[in-house]
Amino acid sequence: MDFKSSDTIPGPRTEDRLPHTAEAAVKIVIVGGFGVGKTTMVGSVSEIRPLTTEETMTQAGIGIDDNFGSASKTATTVAMDFGRISITDQLVLYLFGTPGQERFWFLWNGLFEGALGAVVLVDTRRLEVSFDVMGRLEERGVPFVVAVNSFPDAPRYPVAELRTALDLPEEIPILDCDVRRRASSRDVLMTLMRFLHSLAMKGALT
Amino acid sequence: MTPPQRQRRSPGQPPAVPPPADTPPKEGELRNPERLFVIGGEAGGERAADLDLVTLIVARADPPVSATPEQAAVLRLCAAPLSVAELSAYLSLPYSVVAVLLTDLLAAELVQARAPIVRQKVADRSLLEAVMHGLQKL
Repeated sequence: MDFKSSDTIPGPRTEDRLPHTAEAAVKIVIVGGFGVGKTTMVGSVSEIRPLTTEETMTQAGIGIDDNFGSASKTATTVAMDFGRISITDQLVLYLFGTPGQERFWFLWNGLFEGALGAVVLVDTRRLEVSFDVMGRLEERGVPFVVAVNSFPDAPRYPVAELRTALDLPEEIPILDCDVRRRASSRDVLMTLMRFLHSLAMKGALT
Repeated sequence: MTPPQRQRRSPGQPPAVPPPADTPPKEGELRNPERLFVIGGEAGGERAADLDLVTLIVARADPPVSATPEQAAVLRLCAAPLSVAELSAYLSLPYSVVAVLLTDLLAAELVQARAPIVRQKVADRSLLEAVMHGLQKL
């Protein structure tokens, strides 16, 4: 392995270190089509400069190269941008944005399974690019909210019309946002948390 | 102008992508691709899969003389708690490679792993309330 000497690896800046009391972390995943603003959203609320982690996977069994009938495996690298918010001295929240090819996100074992929930970021100019990812979240039972990142030249639809188009039940929140603004991104996360809380209340009652 | 129309899916529905038809699947690659550590077959007794992207890792000791450069780097970075994802980012190594490294370090008791809180069927309301409270301070 070509590895840099351990002395040359830049670690977290002093102010980016977590306190020793940090006991546990939770994560939220932000998904959406290319260029919809996932990385921007991570960056606008993160306390650290967003970082990138990656995973190398093989394509065998994904059904992408079916037409070629090839049994050979191609390594594919999936990158994931993430940021961090310290909730308390004990609890840390990580936000993962998912750039690149969405067909690979769900092969990253444990990315969605352990997540508290997800934010589906949509661009009304290309609503359909988020259809598949919503379906996959539904299949896996991952709760999510839909945040419409308002681009100036994008068509504006009433929420009711969007809800019908996205075939979403009444209880799933749909809200407008401007992910460049920290307060707006925070409101999206708060909406997700309130939604998860309402699900927990419902679960406790049944 | 009318937006395009989606169709809702439900939990447990089969994935939209069909498995490849013409190539006989080898063991373990029916649907999911292997992780690097499976391909390499390097992982020891403990399962690296028990780690999560947000498992917090803390060093328990200084790097021993026998430590590889990678292990020494992990131990140095984890002087304060650091998630597996952050380790992967700072080391510029894929997640599964870091998982293998950590599996060895855990077995040697050189690091401690603080498991993440994962989503339960019925979510922990006090946890959700703590996160909301933290977000309000942003």
